[in-house]
Amino acid sequence: MLRIEQLVKRYPTGDAALRGVSLTVSEGQVMALIGPSGAGKSTLIRCVNRLVEPTSGKIWLRDTEITALNQRQLRRIRRRIGMIFQEYALVERLSVMENILSGRLGYVNFWQSWFRRFPQSDIDQAFNLLERVGLSDFVDKRADELSGGQRQRVGIARALIQSPDLLLVDEPTASLDPKTSRQIMRLITELARERGLAVIINIHDVPLAQMFVQRIVGLRAGEIVYDGPPDGLTPERLSDIYGAEDWGASQTAVPEQEPLLTAQE
Amino acid sequence: MAEVASSSPHRHWRKPPWIQNRWLRWGMVLGALVYLALAIGSVSVDSARIARGLERGGRMIAAFLQPDFVSRWDDIQIGVLESLTMTVVSTIAGVLLSVPIGLGAARNIAPTPIYLICRGIITVSRTFQEVVIAIVFVVMFGFGPLAGVCTLAFATIGFLAKLLAEDIEEIDPAPLEAIRATGAGWLKTITYAVMPQVSARLVGLSVYRFDINLRESAIVGIVGAGGIGSTLQATFNRYDYDVASAILIIIITLVMLTELISAQIRKRLQ
Amino acid sequence: MPVHTANDVKIWQRYDTATRLRQWGGWIAGTVITLICWQVISNGTRWEFAADAPQQLGIFLQRMFPPDWSYVNQLWKPLWDTITIATLGTLVAVIIALPLSFLAARNTTPHPIVRYLTLLVIVVSRSVNSLIWALIIVAITGPGVLAGIIAIALRSIGFIGKLAFESIEETSREPVEAITATGASRLQVLSYSILPQVMPSFAGISIFRWDINIREATVLGLVGAGGIGLNLNAAVNLLRWDQAGMIFIVIFGLVLISEAVSAQVRKAII
Repeated sequence: MLRIEQLVKRYPTGDAALRGVSLTVSEGQVMALIGPSGAGKSTLIRCVNRLVEPTSGKIWLRDTEITALNQRQLRRIRRRIGMIFQEYALVERLSVMENILSGRLGYVNFWQSWFRRFPQSDIDQAFNLLERVGLSDFVDKRADELSGGQRQRVGIARALIQSPDLLLVDEPTASLDPKTSRQIMRLITELARERGLAVIINIHDVPLAQMFVQRIVGLRAGEIVYDGPPDGLTPERLSDIYGAEDWGASQTAVPEQEPLLTAQE
Repeated sequence: MAEVASSSPHRHWRKPPWIQNRWLRWGMVLGALVYLALAIGSVSVDSARIARGLERGGRMIAAFLQPDFVSRWDDIQIGVLESLTMTVVSTIAGVLLSVPIGLGAARNIAPTPIYLICRGIITVSRTFQEVVIAIVFVVMFGFGPLAGVCTLAFATIGFLAKLLAEDIEEIDPAPLEAIRATGAGWLKTITYAVMPQVSARLVGLSVYRFDINLRESAIVGIVGAGGIGSTLQATFNRYDYDVASAILIIIITLVMLTELISAQIRKRLQ
Repeated sequence: MPVHTANDVKIWQRYDTATRLRQWGGWIAGTVITLICWQVISNGTRWEFAADAPQQLGIFLQRMFPPDWSYVNQLWKPLWDTITIATLGTLVAVIIALPLSFLAARNTTPHPIVRYLTLLVIVVSRSVNSLIWALIIVAITGPGVLAGIIAIALRSIGFIGKLAFESIEETSREPVEAITATGASRLQVLSYSILPQVMPSFAGISIFRWDINIREATVLGLVGAGGIGLNLNAAVNLLRWDQAGMIFIVIFGLVLISEAVSAQVRKAII
């Protein structure tokens, strides 16, 4: 459903973040994107909804060539692509409900959104989602009163109320403790399965990714160096992704982190 | 879930209002509207005068587009020089006065009587606009830049001493105790425990106050306290808008320049 | 090198020699500049008038006390006008300055050229004192409250605009990105991600400026722009210091109350 062809992104500073990435994600597939920081993970998913403008290359969502759209068309396609962020990216001074409803902004006109007059169907959906992510009691709480895990649940609800076909998830657990991280990953993957969404998750925690996804893509210095099932990530493969000098660290990290996580559960 | 759905298929949601109490909320809206209506109603507008004025405004804009730096250059030069020198002297004097008064107005280091006196000076200085203070100093010293210098120095106290006192009240008390514990006297405690904690910001604020004093030095002349202000007012009284324009351009340029310089200095201090 | 050895004795100095020389140079240059500036002030001063300043102050205070208490009955209307000038002037400035600030902020401006033009408007507005704005406006509209309102507004646009656009530039980027990613339009992104972040500081800035404007509005009457300054001007010209004293008391009360109000409101907002 998502097809990326020869995607290149070079920043004005001259740094090449992506050097010709080609990738296909099929309907309902949950894919994790791993790699060291600076490998271009963040840039890659931001190119998909053009929060970052790619330098060259093409991206198709089903039959639409995203890279060829004008601003108005781009806004329409963005409604079909939900996004979840590392630091939650909630609007702190707005309430939980307003944050969730902001996912519908692409569907209502300016004055409706200004006076918070969203259609009843949106409100119904928002309440359903609140219940699904376990925040029914927080409707009119301000976002800055919530804990990290709760905030990320609001972020998830905001992305899902868009009724997206594709979910872009940027380091969803980087600011969370191990237990909450697992709960959030489980929630995202469950919701994706329920709704048949395709998902791309940027994640630096390899064991966590292996636990929840069917496909892992490894990115290094803007190029794909691994694409396969989670159990295909052998130590050699990992060293391809993270580099030989980092390898010692991540080799010990894997066995260390497993018991830690099970102990937390 | 099923019961909820059957009893109420739709849950309504409205953004909770800013003020929960309906009476209070509408009361405040009504009060604001009534005040606005009264306030606007009390502004008398003489439309005939404004019509005449607009025509004059047109001429004024035309004159403003052709500033005349030449015909009154001597007056302008004297006024600008006076404004600048007033700013320098008053800022220095103001800072020198602000330090002891600021120390005296800090509750954690000053005895109560001194605290009250210093706070009183600060309050008076902050309450009255510079021009009001200038009137008093003109009575005392006669017309001329000396009254302006005193005015601006006094106004500087209200600004600088207050902020300094607030800074001192917020300092870390641990070094204060440590220095006191060594047996140091009051003055030594101040120089070793208090000033190091606040001096950088004091310098920054002084530079900032220099900007403000320059801007204010342009108006105290309206009541005869020296500077470019009296020259400017005279041009308006004579309808010399092209000269007024020249003076305004000089003021704006000077203010911009000092602001740029002081911003640079403050950036370096941080 | 702050520590050096001479005759096998370690000598500690706070600064090394070059730094100390530079510091001394700075101090000397500063002193010389101040003295030169003082010379200019001194030349502009008629010292024979300044010499009897203490006596003048004594006479002044004598004539001021007791203040003319009954005069207060004629001050209610000017007081109302002063508040009106400050409030309506601030309101007009807020209505103009807040949209401007979005044009001036680096992260929300539609185009760099628009940004520079807006910054120019803000700088000009800020550099000219409200009293000078009042001189200009009185020439157009004639004397009165309306001129005061416009003058206050013209000065406040720059002040509010500058602080407001700086707070827009300080907003965090993540919510903007998140709202953009939902397919929201430009205006929706502004209203849902930037506006909630800056609303409290906008309100704080406006209240802060209103407080300053109350003070400024007390002197606009000196150039004919309405408010209690008209009475002050009349009292000073007639040397009615008992009336002037009453006016000072009224101004003092007004400013203290407005300061308390603005502090309360700001606390309620934040």
